[in-house]
Amino acid sequence: MPALPDGVPVPADGALPAWTADAPDAPRTGAFGVYVHVPFCTVRCGYCDFNTYTASELGGGASQVAYATTALREVELARKVLADAAVTPRPVSTVFFGGGTPTSLPAADLVRVLAGVRDAWGLADGAEVTTEANPDSVTPASLQELADGGFTRVSFGMQSAVPHVLATLERTHDPRRIPDVVRWARDAGLEVSLDLIYGTPGESLEDWRASLEAVLATGVDHVSAYALVVEPGTKMAAQVRRGAVTLPDEDDQAAKYELADELLAAAGFEWYEVSNWARGAGRACRHNLAYWRGDDWWGIGPGAHSYVAAGTAGTAGDAAGAGVRWWNVKHPRRYAAMLEAGGSPGAGRELLTPAEAALERVLLGVRLREGLDLRVLSDAGRRAVAGLVARGLLDGVAAVKGRALLTLRGRLLADAVVRELTD
Amino acid sequence: MPIPGPALSASIEPNATAPELIRNFCIIAHIDHGKSTLADRMLQLTGVVEARAMRAQYLDRMDIERERGITIKSQAVRMPWQVDDTAYALNMIDTPGHVDFTYEVSRSLAACEGAVLLVDAAQGIEAQTLANLYLAMENDLEIIPVLNKIDLPAAQPEKYAEELANLVGGDPADVLRVSGKTGEGVEALLDRIVRDVPAPVGDPDAAARAMIFDSVYDIYRGVVTYVRVIDGNLSPRERIVMMSTRAQHELLEIGVISPEPNPTKGLGVGEVGYLITGVKDVRQSKVGDTVTNAGKPATEALGGYKDPMPMVFSGLYPVDGSDYPVLRDALDKLKLNDAALNYEPETSVALGFGFRVGFLGLLHLEIVRERLEREFDLDLISTAPNVIYDVELEDRTPVRVTNPSEFPAGKIREVREPVVKATILTPSEFVGTVMGLCTERRGAMQGMDYLSEDRVELRYTLPLAEIVFDFFDQLKSRTRGYASLDYQEGGDQVADLVKVDILLQGEKVDAFSAIVHKDKAYEYGVAMTARLKELIPRHQFEVPIQAAVGARVIARETVRAMRKDVLAKCYGGDISRKRKLLEKQKEGKKRMKNIGSVEVPKDAFIAALSSDSAKDAKDKKK
Ligand SMILES: Nc1nc2c(ncn2[C@@H]2O[C@H](COP(=O)(O)OP(=O)(O)OP(=O)(O)O)[C@@H](O)[C@H]2O)c(=O)[nH]1
Ligand SMILES: C[S@@+](CC[C@H](N)C(=O)[O-])C[C@H]1O[C@@H](n2cnc3c(N)ncnc32)[C@H](O)[C@@H]1O
Ligand code: SF4
Ligand SMILES: [Mg+2]
Repeated sequence: MPALPDGVPVPADGALPAWTADAPDAPRTGAFGVYVHVPFCTVRCGYCDFNTYTASELGGGASQVAYATTALREVELARKVLADAAVTPRPVSTVFFGGGTPTSLPAADLVRVLAGVRDAWGLADGAEVTTEANPDSVTPASLQELADGGFTRVSFGMQSAVPHVLATLERTHDPRRIPDVVRWARDAGLEVSLDLIYGTPGESLEDWRASLEAVLATGVDHVSAYALVVEPGTKMAAQVRRGAVTLPDEDDQAAKYELADELLAAAGFEWYEVSNWARGAGRACRHNLAYWRGDDWWGIGPGAHSYVAAGTAGTAGDAAGAGVRWWNVKHPRRYAAMLEAGGSPGAGRELLTPAEAALERVLLGVRLREGLDLRVLSDAGRRAVAGLVARGLLDGVAAVKGRALLTLRGRLLADAVVRELTD
Repeated sequence: MPIPGPALSASIEPNATAPELIRNFCIIAHIDHGKSTLADRMLQLTGVVEARAMRAQYLDRMDIERERGITIKSQAVRMPWQVDDTAYALNMIDTPGHVDFTYEVSRSLAACEGAVLLVDAAQGIEAQTLANLYLAMENDLEIIPVLNKIDLPAAQPEKYAEELANLVGGDPADVLRVSGKTGEGVEALLDRIVRDVPAPVGDPDAAARAMIFDSVYDIYRGVVTYVRVIDGNLSPRERIVMMSTRAQHELLEIGVISPEPNPTKGLGVGEVGYLITGVKDVRQSKVGDTVTNAGKPATEALGGYKDPMPMVFSGLYPVDGSDYPVLRDALDKLKLNDAALNYEPETSVALGFGFRVGFLGLLHLEIVRERLEREFDLDLISTAPNVIYDVELEDRTPVRVTNPSEFPAGKIREVREPVVKATILTPSEFVGTVMGLCTERRGAMQGMDYLSEDRVELRYTLPLAEIVFDFFDQLKSRTRGYASLDYQEGGDQVADLVKVDILLQGEKVDAFSAIVHKDKAYEYGVAMTARLKELIPRHQFEVPIQAAVGARVIARETVRAMRKDVLAKCYGGDISRKRKLLEKQKEGKKRMKNIGSVEVPKDAFIAALSSDSAKDAKDKKK
């Protein structure tokens, strides 16, 4: 996991800035999501820099055993902090257990944490509750237990269907198991998503096609496909530096993205975010959509980030920000110790200026199929739209209707588009 | 007791020191032979800097000097020293060793009667040892030969004492041996300086004549002028005259450096110190000028200095065009500290308004650019450096070309290029290698001598353009660092030269044009297009890069269109990081220069500077 951002300290009790308060007669209406980070894996994959630890790195399994209890402490802290801040309480619309490997914990632990979230704020009708899972960390019974406990969705880290690609990624699962785990999950009543990675060293375009076809053969309705990022400090970064493996170039990644979009579209999928496709808008991951739309969320767990926008009370003051984002300490033991001491496990936070919040709105919003409302752009940003349409990066019809919507070419150059829109 | 006590000190108070008690000397050497480190020990032994305030190379005060570990500007310091029962005032000047700053050395020499010629006991005599010794002898200075770094296990004091004695005349036994690192031998050296360096002579009753040997702009105090008094006396509050301009100023402050400025009641015959008149204008306190009293002016000015000749030229342009006035002011201010700096305004189609600046060499260029950026908060582009060409057209009209883009097209009778007389010292085993390099660079051999059994001096005439770029690097790498180089102007010669243009998307970029020998045009074109291909980021469209001589394209590369520029994954914990990345990218974009619709990073302009002696000096210290 990359180093935590630079920020200012979080108050010991985790209190939010006064300007997050809502006026009693003007409650905030946006969605409220809860993310639960589970920082454990059985082995660490060479490309991964998420905040996760193996049992041997932690010197035993004590952290894992006590984890649900520790996480529930933070749920209780969160409830109190939000209430004290006069942020309008809303039932939770989405819960997402991510990792690490959440399913490395017993299903009962995950269900217990979910129950704690339900007790704190309530779950909205039709709430989406997802967990990430490694294909070799689930059984029909564990999936059924999750479904019975309130989970609605599971996202498997498939990455590839091709053995040599999985080997380069140091994945431990057998690709032949994928259709089985998908079937088990569906039988348990869970919606299923598969994660893929493209652009792994040694992966050919045909390998990639095989992975996509394998995904389609399972009949899932949601796919995430990520270009491999070689994160600094990972084992893979060292292999690349040594020349032990050769990264494909950006043209290869672009071709693979185009192939994914083509095959998925032919199978009835529609992109709804740069790296996410679903069969019909109803199948999109609403938790992730909330991030991209700038809604509030609380991240439970070591290294987890949280975000709360400014409130409606207009408690301005000199230092009023547009939103506050904070992040917890990374190490599970430190995290547990801070909560046990009765305080916030926050490591730092940033108070976003309106300009920073606006920049985030553009960089996140433009990634979506629903597009970005052009009214949020600066004058200079709006002036850039015509050129982006002319160069085939933004959709012309959508622009006329007031939205910035990426074309296929635009999706591949989304960061360049954002730079121009925020000039 | 080498540091004089209070009673004796009275005899060497500034403004009240008899010339017989003054010794003015400088330390000269090849680069890195330890001048500044030796100066450190002298500062300590004479009590001028306390042990706890001491830091290595104390007199290298500029950030840039400290970072690079080299001296760029000479520094003069007054130090007390006692021999037998007499106290003396020593003025020591630490000088730079790099060839680009030879002119600094020559100015310092004019303020002294003696020179400590320092030689690294593990390296022996090198090219700038000879160049600086030659300068000191031209100035009739008493030479004190000294071997330094005798603490090094690799030191060969016997061998090099012999070499040095041969060179300056005298007995190897008279060559002092010191270590600037441990301080060994430094007291004896100070005693020797008192014994051997002649005291200054001058007429105390004559009208004052003081030679300006350095002038520095200080934002708090205005212009600080360093002088060596030859005749008469200067005192605070009196009015003085700059003899070349006849401009009058009031002397607000006068003093000595020891090692910080100390105001005094004046400066008398033979003394070295500084003066402040409150002038802010860069042209009013010119290095080489003579200062005299307004009440009783001298009639004849002192000899002065020859202004150093710029050897290489480069265009300096602000990345942000609106910074042009800031750049102009900054150059005006730097010029005061740096007499060698020459510039005039010019315009470039690609880069807008800027200056064509003359430099003494590439290190000088690099340092000036860095100082401008750092001290004046500018973001600059410097174009590929070049030398001056004299072109004669068919109709005999002469054209002087300081900027390659002005090279006349067609109808040329002849082109003359500057050449240098180069002296290369090398161990004899590398003679063949060095000769090969010089031949590649169109050199003509003028002579060869054995300085000792295994050390050879080679003399060549070489085109200046062939040595300013990577010659020094090549020389060093092909001789495992053993050869050294010195050069001086050597007139000019006719040569078969052409202009190579670089085109981006079919548009000529004047800032990239270069004048090269006909036989090297192709090689240059291929290298330059390849380098630019690496440096120009992929755009959303294809960017062809061509090199052409006239209308003929001699090399071509293409930067392919960018196809992917998006971070695939962006979950909740990524957002801050992603926003900061974006902010950084946008910042980076500001450091790009738009040429047509192509964004060219600043570095691409510097790239033509390839590997050079400046970098070498830097790396050597690491
Ligand atoms: N071992 C040893 N190293 C020395 C001695 N004198 C200087 N050095 C080292 O030699 C290097 C160059 O020393 P400087 O004093 O900066 O040399 P310089 O002649 O002033 O260099 P320029 O001003 O750049 O020409 C430094 O790394 C010093 O630490 C010495 O007596 N013994
Ligand atoms: C939190 S991670 C891992 C979840 C689960 N432990 C697993 O590995 O299947 C979620 C997804 O991010 C993607 N991912 C992780 N590291 C990546 C990287 N360096 N480059 C691209 N995608 C990555 C993978 O597709 C992975 O399934
Ligand atoms: S299993 Fe998932 S979270 Fe764990 S190390 Fe591998 S990629 Fe990272
Ligand atoms: Mg020095």
